[in-house]
Amino acid sequence: MSIIEVKGLRRAYGGRPVVDGISFTVDEGEIFGILGPNGAGKTTTVECVEGLRVPDAGTVRVAGLDPIADHDRVTRLLGAQLQESELQPKLTVGEALELYSAFYQDPADRGHLADRLGLTDLLGRRFGKLSGGQKQRLFIALALIGNPRVVVLDELTTGLDPRSRRDTWRLIEEVRDSGVTVLLVTHFMEEAQRLCDRVAVIDRGRIAALDTPAGLIRGASAATVISFTPSRPLDPADLTALPAVTSTSRDRDGRITLHGADDTVTALLSLLARHSVTAGRLRVVDATLDDAFLDLTAGHGATDLIDRES
Amino acid sequence: MSTVTTAHTAVLKTEAKLFRREPGALFWLVVFPSALLTILGLIPAFREPGAAPGGLRVIDLYVPVAVLLALSVAGVQTMPAQLTGYRERGILRRLSTTPARPSSLLLASLVLHAVVVLGSVLLALAIGRLAFGVALPAQPAGYVLALLITAFAAFALGCALAAVPRTVKAAQTLGTVVFFPMMFTAGVWIPVQSMPETLRHLVEWSPLGAASQALGQAAAGHWPSWSHLGVTGLWAVLLLTVAARRFRWE
Repeated sequence: MSIIEVKGLRRAYGGRPVVDGISFTVDEGEIFGILGPNGAGKTTTVECVEGLRVPDAGTVRVAGLDPIADHDRVTRLLGAQLQESELQPKLTVGEALELYSAFYQDPADRGHLADRLGLTDLLGRRFGKLSGGQKQRLFIALALIGNPRVVVLDELTTGLDPRSRRDTWRLIEEVRDSGVTVLLVTHFMEEAQRLCDRVAVIDRGRIAALDTPAGLIRGASAATVISFTPSRPLDPADLTALPAVTSTSRDRDGRITLHGADDTVTALLSLLARHSVTAGRLRVVDATLDDAFLDLTAGHGATDLIDRES
Repeated sequence: MSTVTTAHTAVLKTEAKLFRREPGALFWLVVFPSALLTILGLIPAFREPGAAPGGLRVIDLYVPVAVLLALSVAGVQTMPAQLTGYRERGILRRLSTTPARPSSLLLASLVLHAVVVLGSVLLALAIGRLAFGVALPAQPAGYVLALLITAFAAFALGCALAAVPRTVKAAQTLGTVVFFPMMFTAGVWIPVQSMPETLRHLVEWSPLGAASQALGQAAAGHWPSWSHLGVTGLWAVLLLTVAARRFRWE
């Protein structure tokens, strides 16, 4: 059963379409990822779900409610963590939890929530003195304090060190395990691959693909990555002629990397045998979501797009 | 209580706590006007009777100046800095995603500034009366009315200054630029009543110049003239219109 429905969503800024016909549904209890390069329209999409922006066209429903027309009711069942937002620097963690819990009729237990997010020792500390990871934990707590059915987490782990990022991932899994649906905006492939049940890849305001992380990887044209150091140089033409090869590259040390499919591996092995070449440190690995993502959003750099639409 | 009322109360309580943690703002709002009054009062010449128009002493004219100073610090410095900060930090946006409304922060800022400025006004009146024998306003109702209209103008200015600039830095720069003419027209350097006639007539068209005249009249026991109250009131309406049109929650 779907808790979020987005149909034909469009939003333009100054005549430039940022979200250009996006549709997806999120099922209750899943972690749904929205993945895409900077400026792809991810944040604008979730802002329409949160009721912070009015769509130019299309419909958005959260548990059957319109986030604009039924804003009050939507805020009671949707918790949000916003990208690049802060709190009053001199507000303590405990005061923030107390304040935000006063907004809801049936708030979560503050002590329990603080405990779950490792904030108990920080209750007296001011927001301005928190580390990046601590701030994000507080934001998750504030998103959960109203006992929501859905939480929207926008670039939650951007700017965190690898350890805090992994800790945060565990927290997100716990949130889902407690029955809350998670809409996760990210540009980290590893994060999407590890956490999401399904991922929508957004590129230039449209959905480029929507599948499970494994499905996205399978669907990519280069699902297998082969690398090795040949004992003797090989003819590049022989390599590009291998079946299903999508790309070949050779680094300074002569190590060769091929993107292809299962067929490529078999054909490469016979090619090496024919030429009596041994393959040093041969590695055959499945492509990651990273490769699938680059494949899906190929053909343009993300750097020329603006970072954040406002 | 409805959720909205509960949310307003919770925001007000939290903001009151946070206000107490801003010694800088409290200094400029409460201590600075009265400290200026005290320093000027210690100058013997300022306590000479008849040195100012109407047979008054200079120090008599500086009590309303201290009052206007407190109001302009609120309207030009602390209120816009606070509100633009809340917008820039995304705090107003965050509140929009909860059942609370971002307007509750605006409301809390107005209420708290009103309370603190009232304290500052009472302190200035008390110091004037107790330390330098300045008579309390002889027309209290007129004084309160003039004060209310001036507060309305000052807070409308605060909202307008929070609405027009996009960043905290721009708000501070604009605030500083506006602060000096505000202090001048409030009579910090020369009390409005002692200004040369042409200058005085000009200054009477400014919100604080007119307010200064109105407060002076009420202090002396007259009902403040409606033309002065009207000028300040018009400025208030004008500034509020600008604020309402330009204010952005994000």
